[in-house]
Amino acid sequence: MKLEEYRGVWTLGEQRDGRIHTVSYELLAWGRSLADKLGVELATVILGHNLADQVQELIYRGADKVYVVDHPALAHFSVDPYARVLTALVREYRPEIFIASATTTGRTIMPVLAAKLRTGLTADCTGLDVDVESRQLLQTRPAIGGNVMATIITPNHRPAMATVRPKSRRPLPRDASRKGEIIFKRFDEKMFESRTRRLGFIRDETAESPVQDADVVVAGGKGLKDGRNFDMLFELAELLGGAVGASRMAVDMGWIPYSHQIGLSGKTVTPRLYLAIGISGAVQHLAGMSSSEVIVAINKDPDANIFKVSDFGIIGDLFEIVPLLIKRLREIKGKEGEGK
Amino acid sequence: MRLAVLVKQVPATDKVKIDPETGTMLRTEMEAVINPLDLYAVEEAVRLKERLSGEAEITVISMGPAMAIEAVKDAISMGCDRGYLLSDRRLAGSDTLATAYALSQAIRKLGPFDLIFAGERTTDGETGQVGPAVATLLDIPVLTYVSKIEEIGDGRIVVHRAIEGGHEVVESPLPALLCVVKEINEPRLPTLSGKIKARETEVPVLTADDIEADESMIGLKGSPTRVVKIFYPKITREGEIIRGDDPEGAVDRLIEFLRERGII
Repeated sequence: MKLEEYRGVWTLGEQRDGRIHTVSYELLAWGRSLADKLGVELATVILGHNLADQVQELIYRGADKVYVVDHPALAHFSVDPYARVLTALVREYRPEIFIASATTTGRTIMPVLAAKLRTGLTADCTGLDVDVESRQLLQTRPAIGGNVMATIITPNHRPAMATVRPKSRRPLPRDASRKGEIIFKRFDEKMFESRTRRLGFIRDETAESPVQDADVVVAGGKGLKDGRNFDMLFELAELLGGAVGASRMAVDMGWIPYSHQIGLSGKTVTPRLYLAIGISGAVQHLAGMSSSEVIVAINKDPDANIFKVSDFGIIGDLFEIVPLLIKRLREIKGKEGEGK
Repeated sequence: MRLAVLVKQVPATDKVKIDPETGTMLRTEMEAVINPLDLYAVEEAVRLKERLSGEAEITVISMGPAMAIEAVKDAISMGCDRGYLLSDRRLAGSDTLATAYALSQAIRKLGPFDLIFAGERTTDGETGQVGPAVATLLDIPVLTYVSKIEEIGDGRIVVHRAIEGGHEVVESPLPALLCVVKEINEPRLPTLSGKIKARETEVPVLTADDIEADESMIGLKGSPTRVVKIFYPKITREGEIIRGDDPEGAVDRLIEFLRERGII
């Protein structure tokens, strides 16, 4: 394999039910910094059906090129046609880096693709950078159960492939003056065949927790001592216009459903405010929230890891502080209400 | 029906101790267990065998050091019939692709199987990449995030996949590989007779030669990825940390801080 024959950064766009999903834009934010550093083009490849009127948006969000494969068989994710089409595109255009979001789709198609291409893949990266001289993609992720971070490279194979957590980066601002090229790729019908068949979809609104889209996340951990104490977190979240998150410990104890879990084995969030209550801050948890704009922690252990990533912290008893905070926020809200 | 389950042995706790000087794992303090998420794969295979009135045979396959035989025995104690451990110095340092290759070779050797079960991911590596890669190398369909087996028979399977926003119902021909999620079942505890059976069952150890592995595809040599650095996460924020001895004062200061940052 001649590494120098591979140039450019690719992201895997995602659509759900025919609409481009926001993870596509988050990936472009990641990809843009890598492509600029390497001085190469950033391209998105997106597979789906009837996408033509939406793909321009990918240019506005940072792509230089968009490869679109439009076919009814691609309307919903299906391993066989997606893998065949993506393998063909990578072989034809030879990107040096190919990143996807760690959604169920990304986490399924990327290992299949990497095995077909016999190249390296690193899951769930929390950091991506390039070494300009060697052109190696530096992929950083929690390792060995999450207590340390590891930087991984793919020295001799291309493309270097990686997935990043949804919401681990904010999309770039939309810039409608950006110009780019949109290329519609056609393939032989055979490429779209699949051994599996989608028979249906059972929608479950409760499977989606609002925590990933919230501007404020109020999260609780072991320090809450009991599931009932999450009630005050819900109250606090409501006052702050946010949603409730939890550490793995709180979920494992059965205090709150898994859909609220923040961290390596849960969701990644980047809210404007992350309020960590009774959470010690294991590396796995930090992996899911450390990119939040402002982090505030309340914990009685002065040595808790969470304080090291906090912009503001109170070392104290959460059972004293949280009710007071709720009371103060209510007073403020009350005054605002009177003013209106 | 011939079933296979892929399992891995992992450190018992996610609080693995790291030597702060060298950055290496303190293995002596480590206890190893079968990957907790693999228990769901084992359980589902055993349930399927029960559903088929015992007309099935379940083979457990693992890869790892000699001590990983315990993970295979744990699966046997839950109801699997036999097990193999793939263990060879030459396999050390395998990344997910090299591991998937070795496992796929073992499956070719021990198979054919109608259905292969794997967990969603391991609790140590947390990649979830090995299952889909094994299926790809065997050229069989992979069904990920499986939360239910709806139907099985006549060379086909219908499953539910737990994906964003709901459950997708998918049909696949057999053979296929399923990566199952926690939601699928409640793993049983081994019975005493299961434990006795596990103790008495011999678990053959397979080497790279036994599975006819291409040496350029296994171990470090066969791994496209390389770990180049291990480090403690850089802690970047130096925030204002106050004592809450005076809770009222602390909360007032927090309110002030949230105002400064434009959050309230």
